Amino acid sequence: MCGIVGLYIKNPKLQGKLGAMFTPMLIEMTSRGPDSAGVAIYRDQVKKGHLKLTLAADSDDFDWKNIDSGLEKALKCDVKTQTVANHCIMVTDAEEADARQWLKANAPKVRVVSAGKTIEIFKEVGLPAAVADRFSLRSAHGTHAIGHTRMATESAVTTAGSHPFSTGDDVCLVHNGSLSNHNRLRENLKKKGIEFLTQNDTEVAAGYFTDKLRDGASLKEALQAGLKDLDGFYTFCIGTADGFAVVRDPFACKHAVLAETDDWVAMATEYRAIAHLPGADKAKIWEPAPETIYTWGNA
Amino acid sequence: MIEFDLEKEGVRGLNSRLQALAPDTNERKWSVLNPMGAHAIAVGLTQPITVEVQGHAGFYCGGMNQHAEVIVNGHAGPGVAENMMSGIVRVKGNASQSAGATGNGGLLIIEGDASSRCGISMKGIDIVVGGSVGHMSAFMAQRGNLVVCGDAGEALGDSIYEARLYVRGKVQDLGTDCIEKEVKPEHLEDLARLLERAQIKADPKSFRRYGSARKLYNFNVDHADAY
Repeated sequence: MCGIVGLYIKNPKLQGKLGAMFTPMLIEMTSRGPDSAGVAIYRDQVKKGHLKLTLAADSDDFDWKNIDSGLEKALKCDVKTQTVANHCIMVTDAEEADARQWLKANAPKVRVVSAGKTIEIFKEVGLPAAVADRFSLRSAHGTHAIGHTRMATESAVTTAGSHPFSTGDDVCLVHNGSLSNHNRLRENLKKKGIEFLTQNDTEVAAGYFTDKLRDGASLKEALQAGLKDLDGFYTFCIGTADGFAVVRDPFACKHAVLAETDDWVAMATEYRAIAHLPGADKAKIWEPAPETIYTWGNA
Repeated sequence: MIEFDLEKEGVRGLNSRLQALAPDTNERKWSVLNPMGAHAIAVGLTQPITVEVQGHAGFYCGGMNQHAEVIVNGHAGPGVAENMMSGIVRVKGNASQSAGATGNGGLLIIEGDASSRCGISMKGIDIVVGGSVGHMSAFMAQRGNLVVCGDAGEALGDSIYEARLYVRGKVQDLGTDCIEKEVKPEHLEDLARLLERAQIKADPKSFRRYGSARKLYNFNVDHADAY
């Protein structure tokens, strides 16, 4: 099961309505995934030399000010934080590796959910409507968003096991399906220095793409390689700093539908998640073909 | 024409009303507004009524149909007309995967393309597709006719029994035990009849026929090593 949705705004005038258009898409997929939900929003690109991290703690009353001042002091850098429920958006001019290392040593319970210049990821267990409210998704602006509603089948229902999974700077992944060779892949990727927080199969796919991207592959090349190396059933929706991509396995039995107008491109597990979008009834609508990589923007 | 707003009254409201109709009902023409991709629209119908869906339908539209005519003025999601027994289901746009799956009878017309597994395990249904079909179409097809005016994807007719497959365009490749067969006059007659009923213009002579080589029907002792 699971539901995935993606919305890429082509008409800049609609960027202010991203959340209002996207949130009903996520909520419509509740019956496919009532266990947890997550969303990656692309907005507010940071200045050159700066880095944006999404951090998550276990509770809403986590003291982010300590992290803010601690990091500033230790790395002699500039840090700005904005708390959103139990998540925190941190913008800093520190080096990513240094910031990650400091967080690991000084705040081991804080999870780095995303890193990059535009991406923000929010995810939590619970019904999609509750998750959307918790992170004020409806009022969100941005260029594009991808989301996931999870019905857990092969690993625990936890926030860490919720999608999207970050796969490198500004890149993240949502998945409908299941992988059958994730244990072997995980062991191989660990040897190459990729870290995993869960037993989740999708996290392995994310790790796999992270590894390929680190080795210098383009996203398209990484996805092409994935078609060969990832065994199982999948429809992936992948977000990048200024684009998004959709790919399905050779059997293509995990549902997917794409729709495009002059104003937006939408992807969903089921058409009903797209039906409410303005102009959906007149949109070009098609089912993505197996083993075919679809991209918009710079993906 | 009775108008039914699906957004207001829901799928259960629609199906319970349509399924409760008596054979002598005067409520024979229905128009379903705002389908919004909802699942299971107009399923389990048993009376000879006409239901027009004014927009895109979700999964399983027209499933288990008997005697009714269901027209989708848009695209249809997975499993349209699944396990249909009789009657007609017509999709004006495209259909997603497993169109007409396990259908026992009746006629399914898809004016656009159908994606993968069209006619999977069909058991007597006739399916006419104006466009192309995706991979694994007519997988384990047992009886009935699948007419494809466009192309067929990978592994057409894999493990097929006695269904007849007609394709006008290219076949990417044939599945296990599916072979091309001679088109005889009786097949041209069948094709002409099906195309006419589907109201799709195509020359029966332009189709090629595929069916079972019947090599999988019995255990072949020469293959014992393979198990």
